[in-house]
Amino acid sequence: MPHELTLEQTIKGVSAIVIEELKLEDVTPEIFDPDLDLIDEVGVDSMDLATVALVLQDEYGVPIDEDDYPKLKTIRLIAEYVLRNAAVKT
Amino acid sequence: MKTVSSLLDSHWYKRYQKISKLNIRSSIYDVTNQCNLRCKGCFFFSSGEDKAAREETDLSKWEAFVDAEKQRGVNLAILIGGEPTLCLDRVEAFYSRMPTYCATNGLIKVPRDRFPDMMVGISLWGDEDDEKRLRGKDTFRVSSRNYQGDPHAYYLYTITPKQLGRTERIIKNIRDAGLKVHMQLLSNDEGVDGFYWRTGELADLRAEMDEMLEAHPDTVVSSKYYHKVITTGKMLDRSFGWAECPSVSEHLDTRNPRPRRLIHFVRWASDLSTMHRCCTSATRDCSTCKDGAAHMSWIMVNKRAHMGSARDFQNWIEVYEMFAKLYQFIPW
Ligand code: SF4
Ligand code: SF4
Repeated sequence: MPHELTLEQTIKGVSAIVIEELKLEDVTPEIFDPDLDLIDEVGVDSMDLATVALVLQDEYGVPIDEDDYPKLKTIRLIAEYVLRNAAVKT
Repeated sequence: MKTVSSLLDSHWYKRYQKISKLNIRSSIYDVTNQCNLRCKGCFFFSSGEDKAAREETDLSKWEAFVDAEKQRGVNLAILIGGEPTLCLDRVEAFYSRMPTYCATNGLIKVPRDRFPDMMVGISLWGDEDDEKRLRGKDTFRVSSRNYQGDPHAYYLYTITPKQLGRTERIIKNIRDAGLKVHMQLLSNDEGVDGFYWRTGELADLRAEMDEMLEAHPDTVVSSKYYHKVITTGKMLDRSFGWAECPSVSEHLDTRNPRPRRLIHFVRWASDLSTMHRCCTSATRDCSTCKDGAAHMSWIMVNKRAHMGSARDFQNWIEVYEMFAKLYQFIPW
């Protein structure tokens, strides 16, 4: 993963993956609120998170532990998780 | 993008929040191959699953197995059989380690000093006549005595075609025993004469189940949407069957594309290594399957598909609540 990736860029990237994988309608990475609660508001469940996690792993090389799913409540929290764990790895 | 709060008013939103993070991960375990009954239409015996594996008898292996299941992420053990109460040490291996539900015919009482709050689902196949004809015994007479007023037990009433128009008497008997009831449908795996569902009967049954829920809301644990889905085999614009079934054992699921399914779900045989295809008989024809838990789970795993309208999402919430009550994740 490139070192210079910023939180803003990662948020956009994660948003794009979530929108694409979950086939969310009427939303783009530009307008996706990164603090919207994915479970309580978007209706994401653990199977959705597992789908997203697979793509995130491919895209960013960061495996997401299933036990961490409940913590990944928003796009921002996922992006921070990705950056943190990528940083640990590199 | 439709959000949950744009669909629900505050009453429904509060109900939703009570279940939205439950993250239930169940698996099913054949505790034993033995039973103290031999019901006609029991999928376990009729499909030869009682002979699919040699029962593990070493208790320490059961204990280690349950620990491994916990590691695998399972947080709800659904114990079936055979008759689990014939092997209470094995039941205890689960109960002492994770939330556990025990299906039983109710003839042997689960000792409450050993299992104070384990949820027990007691099977019932109809009135005295049906019970005697299909199960060789009027089990209700015994089970209702064993579990009278027990807050951690309910009847799992399998409605047969013979019960049409006659369910209320049974529901009242259950109410009078101080217990709750959840309804499901007979799949007639052994083709017992007169127990097939005929055209039109399922529509009548749906109406009757709805009436029972309305008339006995404190006794019947159910939802009208569940009645609709289980009697029609339809959910939104989709049909139930192999391609959609959520209750297929994870490692045996070769479907491509894979439908939405229960995460990590496996139905284990009593040797602790053999897996069965799904939550019910591997010989059952999926196109006629009426398995209640599989239909319920089908709805539950398709949460976002129900976000098209407020009514659809409320239906989803009601089914999830029903499941969460039946397995004691939320109170009755
Ligand atoms: S009590 Fe249950 S396991 Fe035993 S024969 Fe009847 S249906 Fe099968
Ligand atoms: S028999 Fe029923 S539960 Fe089993 S795979 Fe087929 S549809 Fe699913």
